[in-house]
Amino acid sequence: MEEELLVSGRLNHLIDPQLNIWHWQIPLYLFLGGMAAGILCIAALYFIRGRENDYRTAVRITPFLAPFLLVIGLITLFIDLRHKLFFWQLYTNIRLQSPMSWGAWTLMVITPVSFIWCALHIKDIFPNWDWKFKWIYDIEFFFNKYKKVLAWIMLIYGIILGIYTGILLSAFNARPLWNTSILGPLFLSSGLSAGAAATLILSKNKSERRQFARIDLVLLGIELFFVIHMFMGFLASTQVQIEAAKLFLGGPYTMSFWIFVVILGMLIPALLEFMELGKFHIPAIVPAVLVIFGSLMLRFIIVYAGQVSRWLY
Amino acid sequence: MRYAMAVDTKKCVGCSDCVVACQTENNVPHGFCREWVVETMNGTYPQLEIEIRSERCNHCINSPCVRCCPTGASHFAEGGIVLVEHNKCIGCGACMASCPYDARYPHPDGYVDKCTFCIHRIKIGLAPACAAVCPTKCIYFGDLDDPNSDVSVVLKKRKSKTLIPEAGTKPQLYFLI
Repeated sequence: MEEELLVSGRLNHLIDPQLNIWHWQIPLYLFLGGMAAGILCIAALYFIRGRENDYRTAVRITPFLAPFLLVIGLITLFIDLRHKLFFWQLYTNIRLQSPMSWGAWTLMVITPVSFIWCALHIKDIFPNWDWKFKWIYDIEFFFNKYKKVLAWIMLIYGIILGIYTGILLSAFNARPLWNTSILGPLFLSSGLSAGAAATLILSKNKSERRQFARIDLVLLGIELFFVIHMFMGFLASTQVQIEAAKLFLGGPYTMSFWIFVVILGMLIPALLEFMELGKFHIPAIVPAVLVIFGSLMLRFIIVYAGQVSRWLY
Repeated sequence: MRYAMAVDTKKCVGCSDCVVACQTENNVPHGFCREWVVETMNGTYPQLEIEIRSERCNHCINSPCVRCCPTGASHFAEGGIVLVEHNKCIGCGACMASCPYDARYPHPDGYVDKCTFCIHRIKIGLAPACAAVCPTKCIYFGDLDDPNSDVSVVLKKRKSKTLIPEAGTKPQLYFLI
């Protein structure tokens, strides 16, 4: 019998027998960043199109989640660093070839923008809010005057943030599962659908809820297409990527991926939203929570499975 | 200048002297290694073929670790040696995820550590610790741009291979076969 045996003397902690350097912090951050990107993109888009009054929750209320998501995300990123006291090095260097550098700088722009956007709408949450100082009112006046510019910045950087969470992983050719450019669009659409689901939960307006159920339905369809496309790409690719696809097609991540991400996170909420748009009455929170859960699980499973996939030599 | 290393898989006996020399020379923390020995066996008994390789960072020309580092801590030093500047490294793990050879490891002090081709020894005209200590003299090191260097001469004379060239990294650790 033809046999091949490989013995390696290496057993580095967190590297062998398989890479295990990224734990819960990274997928959680990718989810939080993606969802915040989705929320901000939708808010900016409807504001720019002048639909603020039709989709009040999406433009004025849901964005209040974004600063919290981003700050928690930044904290988890910081926890993940092993040489924490040197984190500021991220902001003394611009490295165009490094997706992580892009991400750090994008967060540097979009986090303050999300705070400003919320500050402009603070009276929607606290009607008696008083800024106390005149100079703060002056700043508020300034940003209100240029709100459209702010919305454009929010939209563009929101898209970069959403897509970068996928590109961060797809840039690593050493991990064949991550090394697919579909991951950027997949994570962007997943972040957008989580953002739309947040509005679905918060909105009290029936027509707004219907609109966001429709948006979520379309986004879930796109996501599903990307997932199928990803597997088609893997199976038509080199041996290492075929092996990577097998992690989900009979391998150790099969059950968790298809049950949590595809069935519970995409198919069932899509079906529920489809029924909701028909004549059935479905509590909006059910499909919305499932979409957010699926979006979170997608990041966790891709990050963990990607570290298992590798080149063999 | 282009530093490279060639390991003779026919001469290597897998004694791991190079591993210990590296750990001693570079104060590698207990339980970690910057270089390691791999033994592969192929074939059908009794026609078996054994290959022993002393492996380390490949000091690639197209290094994914240098490309993806967000702070520039991973960089090319003279002769294409890939180094990590400890006080610039934030320990994010991007370089470890990007290396198809898994040649890097997280140092317990927080930064990422790897083979340096013993740059501190090269600078004073010594060979890297692994090459200097090898009892079968199977590790050749030198400058590829110099046609008379040990590594250039042996690579011209012998057949060689690199590990996963299809990963596109242009590795500079050669194995004589």
